Amino acid sequence: MKPSTSSRRGVLDRLNSQSVDVPPLPDPDASKLIQFDDPFERFKESLALVGGEVHEIEHPSQATSILNRIEAFSSAQRVASVLPAAVKSTVDLAMVDDPHSLASLDWMVASGEFMIAENGAIWVDGSTLPHRVLIFIAQFLAIVVPRDAIVHNMHEAYDRIGAPKPGFGVFVSGPSKTADIEQSLVLGAHGCRKLQVFVTS
Amino acid sequence: MSIPLPIVDHPTAARKFVTDDQRSPWHDQALWFVRSKRDKQADTLPEWEYLRSMASAIKTHTIANLGNYLQEFEKNATAQGAVVHWAADAAEHNRIVLQILKEHQTLRIVKSKSMLTEECGLNHFLEDSGIEVVDTDLGERIVQLRGETPSHIVLPAIHIKKEEVGETFHEHLGTDKGASDPKYLTEAARGHLRGKFLSGEVGVTGVNFAIAETGGLVVCTNEGNADLGVSLPRVHIACMGIEKLVPRFRDLAVFTRLLARSATGQPITSYTSHFHGPRDPESELHIVLVDNGRTRLRDSPEFRHALHCIRCGACMNTCPVYRRSGGHSYGATVPGPIGSVLSPTRDPKSYKSLPYACSLCGSCTDVCPVKIPLHHQLLAWRKELVGKGLLPWSKTFSMKAASFMFQRPRLFTFVGKVGRTSLRLLPHWLTHNPMNTWAKTRELPEPPKETFTQWHKRNRT
Ligand code: SF4
Repeated sequence: MKPSTSSRRGVLDRLNSQSVDVPPLPDPDASKLIQFDDPFERFKESLALVGGEVHEIEHPSQATSILNRIEAFSSAQRVASVLPAAVKSTVDLAMVDDPHSLASLDWMVASGEFMIAENGAIWVDGSTLPHRVLIFIAQFLAIVVPRDAIVHNMHEAYDRIGAPKPGFGVFVSGPSKTADIEQSLVLGAHGCRKLQVFVTS
Repeated sequence: MSIPLPIVDHPTAARKFVTDDQRSPWHDQALWFVRSKRDKQADTLPEWEYLRSMASAIKTHTIANLGNYLQEFEKNATAQGAVVHWAADAAEHNRIVLQILKEHQTLRIVKSKSMLTEECGLNHFLEDSGIEVVDTDLGERIVQLRGETPSHIVLPAIHIKKEEVGETFHEHLGTDKGASDPKYLTEAARGHLRGKFLSGEVGVTGVNFAIAETGGLVVCTNEGNADLGVSLPRVHIACMGIEKLVPRFRDLAVFTRLLARSATGQPITSYTSHFHGPRDPESELHIVLVDNGRTRLRDSPEFRHALHCIRCGACMNTCPVYRRSGGHSYGATVPGPIGSVLSPTRDPKSYKSLPYACSLCGSCTDVCPVKIPLHHQLLAWRKELVGKGLLPWSKTFSMKAASFMFQRPRLFTFVGKVGRTSLRLLPHWLTHNPMNTWAKTRELPEPPKETFTQWHKRNRT
């Protein structure tokens, strides 16, 4: 559908009919923003607070053996992974054309770009995902992220992303959750029920 | 809008909720719990106040230059393949959405939380055209199944007890009769909504922030419902008020740090999704920019700051009136302090009682992450309403009488004497008669033994 132009003109005319003088945009003074002595420790605390679990590993392949100790993983039928070195896919993502066919996905193993200490979030770049629905539709989610990829706060996070690429990117902080029924926190609202984070050194 | 709205009388509308001595205190405590979580999170950041000032400055700057930023946003979003639509009012917004749906022969849409679509009455409009609308946020789904509207902008079902959710789910989703465990009910909703997600033909979302510099959108959820709703179908419609813009990508840092901490006391929402253009060449991203009174609000130096609102709900959680009277008593899409500022700008006559649903305690102003001087604005509204001659007779008459008396010291002394004597002498049944609404839940003060003037004479002269 082609947008009509008359309302556009109307809105802009109304906005431009009255000019308002204000100071320029502020830029944050980095010295006033929180820094942690040990950002990784802080990340772990933040992630625990939002309901995620951290595993420190030396080599990506250790992820599989740790996951195998989790019932929901060892009995999983359909596992998708973008990091075969960490976990092998049982689903051939290259063959998936329609994202709806991922509805029965049990696990998704994704690759995280970096961690944020202040809130336990991990930046996942959409270009690493063959389908963006993967991280939302899987019953369980694991993200693998390198140990040295960490920033203190959101200002550093956006600076690190720089200019966003066309497409999609998401900060994931813990599993999906809701407290819409009497403020009782329930993990696993619509997205993943649990979040495992593997930090590789 | 041409249809006159019914006049909301807040005290009358709130009566049922306030006098429910189970629900009102329960609601009050639930919100105070959220407010306390907010305080804890705010305290973790030494730069909290600095962030609030920055957020306020960024918004002030953006709203002042909104025309330019909207054009910049449109240009960049279009370059990435999105289609940008402009709607002057709610009706046009609804028509645009319907038109897009018709072009795709859509019968079912899944929608994540969007106060804007509530404001525009999109659900009913689409349902009247035969389209099934499924609200996918759990709280919104609960109120939708119950045929209600959200009573809070972040916690739509905060006024509903788990037993009531259980009944609703038993009726609509076939859960066990009498079940009220939140975990069990959430799991049932998850199953029910999975089916809806998979059959949704178009995903509609609100927008938390749009970025002029990049043409991108940010949507924040805890449930992941917005993402699930738009990553399956090929068409994503994002509806936003024109005030949602931020100039630069890095400005998002300030707002993502403030939003969830203020709203629910979380350090950030579970998912903060950034969309730049449609998913792939076969997909579509439509962005509907809606004015619906916002440009007019911008023209008002007094109330312009209300456009800074990022819809976090913190002012509601802290408001002593909101907490006890419930969101529905405001008769508006946005309740609480910010709703009481915004609603009269739409229609002063219908919403004239809302600026009085306030004790002027100022707590809302203290918690607002973008520093809207909410209680000052509510006071300003009261002045405005007097100027517009919209005050009820009972209020204007008593104000005039009081002013007459305060200008006449002798009369004042005399009236004081009469008052003190009658406080002592009048029987309770007379002061607490059904006509005197003030005395409904209050006792009159003990009359003092002497006046201040007498005391002053004795002690200070
Ligand atoms: S007015 Fe301020 S506190 Fe209230 S919802 Fe808006 S941003 Fe939040």
